[in-house]
Amino acid sequence: MTPLEIEALSLSLKVALWSVLGVLLPGTALAWLLARRNFPGKAVLDALVHLPLVVPPVVVGYLLLVLLGRRGPLGAALYDLFGVTLVFSWQGAAIAAGVMALPLYVRAVRLSFESVDERLETAARTLGAGRLRVFATVTLPLIVPGLLTGVVLAFARALGEFGATITFVSNIPGQTRTLPLAIYSALQSPDGEAAALRLTILSVILAFAAIAASELIARRYGRALES
Amino acid sequence: MLRVDFRRALPDFALDIRFEAGSGITALLGRSGAGKTQTINHLAGLLRPDSGRIAIDERVLFDSARGIDVAPEKRRLGYVFQEDRLFPHMTVAGNLKYGLGLVPAAARRISLDEVIGLLGIEALLERRPRRLSGGERQRVAIGRALLTSPDLLLMDEPLANIDPPRRAEILPFIERLRDQLGIAIVYVSHNMAEIIRLADDVALIDRGRIVTHGPVEDVMSRLDLRPLIGRHDAGAVLVARVAEHDPVDRLTRLTSAAGELFVPRMDLAIGAEIRVRLRSRDISLSLEEPGANSILNRFRGRVVAIHDEEGAQGDVEILAGDGARIWARVTHRSIRTLALAPGTEVWAMIKSVAIDRRSLGRAGPARD
Repeated sequence: MTPLEIEALSLSLKVALWSVLGVLLPGTALAWLLARRNFPGKAVLDALVHLPLVVPPVVVGYLLLVLLGRRGPLGAALYDLFGVTLVFSWQGAAIAAGVMALPLYVRAVRLSFESVDERLETAARTLGAGRLRVFATVTLPLIVPGLLTGVVLAFARALGEFGATITFVSNIPGQTRTLPLAIYSALQSPDGEAAALRLTILSVILAFAAIAASELIARRYGRALES
Repeated sequence: MLRVDFRRALPDFALDIRFEAGSGITALLGRSGAGKTQTINHLAGLLRPDSGRIAIDERVLFDSARGIDVAPEKRRLGYVFQEDRLFPHMTVAGNLKYGLGLVPAAARRISLDEVIGLLGIEALLERRPRRLSGGERQRVAIGRALLTSPDLLLMDEPLANIDPPRRAEILPFIERLRDQLGIAIVYVSHNMAEIIRLADDVALIDRGRIVTHGPVEDVMSRLDLRPLIGRHDAGAVLVARVAEHDPVDRLTRLTSAAGELFVPRMDLAIGAEIRVRLRSRDISLSLEEPGANSILNRFRGRVVAIHDEEGAQGDVEILAGDGARIWARVTHRSIRTLALAPGTEVWAMIKSVAIDRRSLGRAGPARD
């Protein structure tokens, strides 16, 4: 692989990993809220979570720019308080990928929360476990397959993220030029076809590896449940 | 002593529950939809009464007047559900230890080994719940609840989801809880045979209210409750004592307040108290001492009252022997032909085979 390819690949992995890590906690909390609680504004929250799935990614990128850009309400505060700039940085790319991946993750995890038999949780309460312990010892172990599915979907979505990233953090080699952006750049140059093809193959291998890994983990966990 | 007195308005009907349960098994009997499960869910803290008080001895679990509502996990009540509700991601051992680990060592009243021995589940420990039969699962669920060292065990029709032939595998284990551990149990059921075999007291529930409450023999003998208890099963429930075994004819002689009874030989010690049920449809009447016939069991008695029933038959209430109340279901035509009326001396004949073996249960330990 050329140094540029390695750079794009490692950047992609870094951005996707961090975006998935960032999605885990708020995504699980949102999934639990939507699956188990009724509260005013639930429909609005549900729609908000799903927004990135239905609007063009460019729109999400632009909204992030408005919100988190140097002059945006959140972005300005971040800069003033911590001196942090998200625009043009890989952290910004991870945020864009995370926002795009969130709805897929929430959908998968919400479904598995809904499939957990709440009567088991009630039984755990009568055995002396408080709500938090019930969540940790009964609910969480039972939704592991759904969590895995959610993680794989989110990771794949983050790897492939293009529109929101290029709009929010632009296309800077070594900073924000992930694999999809690198493929796009290669295609823009007069004789980049071969480079684009190599990068494409790289993306496909990466996606397959991710799916295979998740299958392996899921199967192991499933076997543990069967025995 | 569990003391329950609460009210709760539900969409379909209102619960107004008042009863007490001491040691031994108190059966909560009622037709489906009468409010049995809702009642014990309120005891367990899974549902909240509108008002009232629930307490075990001095420990208050709920008191609307004082704003007390103890969380389910702090009530120290074991709950055996109708479905076993075992955790599928844990082995049998993991399920058993789940509640055990949450009880401080000093507060434990029963050990893991004791429970495993009592319920005969040592061979299952490493298995997952899905690899168990229904009966095995329910036994593990009982063990799991026992290991929380509860002050009281709630059982919600624990045999309802088990094939009838398999129920006999679990009943002895529930009897062991009663006889060996002496734990107080509130046992929800609509099955007469189960209750007569297991329970000491019965609280009869109908449309959200406790209609009556008392020892099994008393409640079962109340004619006015027949519609709630069920016509088919109606009859007298008597305490009988094993008097003698006859190895030649393979019979056991019992004594009871109504008189002597011969039943197929039972494997019980002389003097053991059991409970027998004389269903009114299994009793026929005669004015004279019956001559030669194949019916072994006969009581002398006097007609107390005749209860007209719709249809061709009526219930004749008889005081037999030393004042045991029994009922005979006979046709109106027979009542007329025999000129039965209050005061008539009669002989009641019970086929010994008509004494349903399943209804012979050991009476519980002495009540305090």
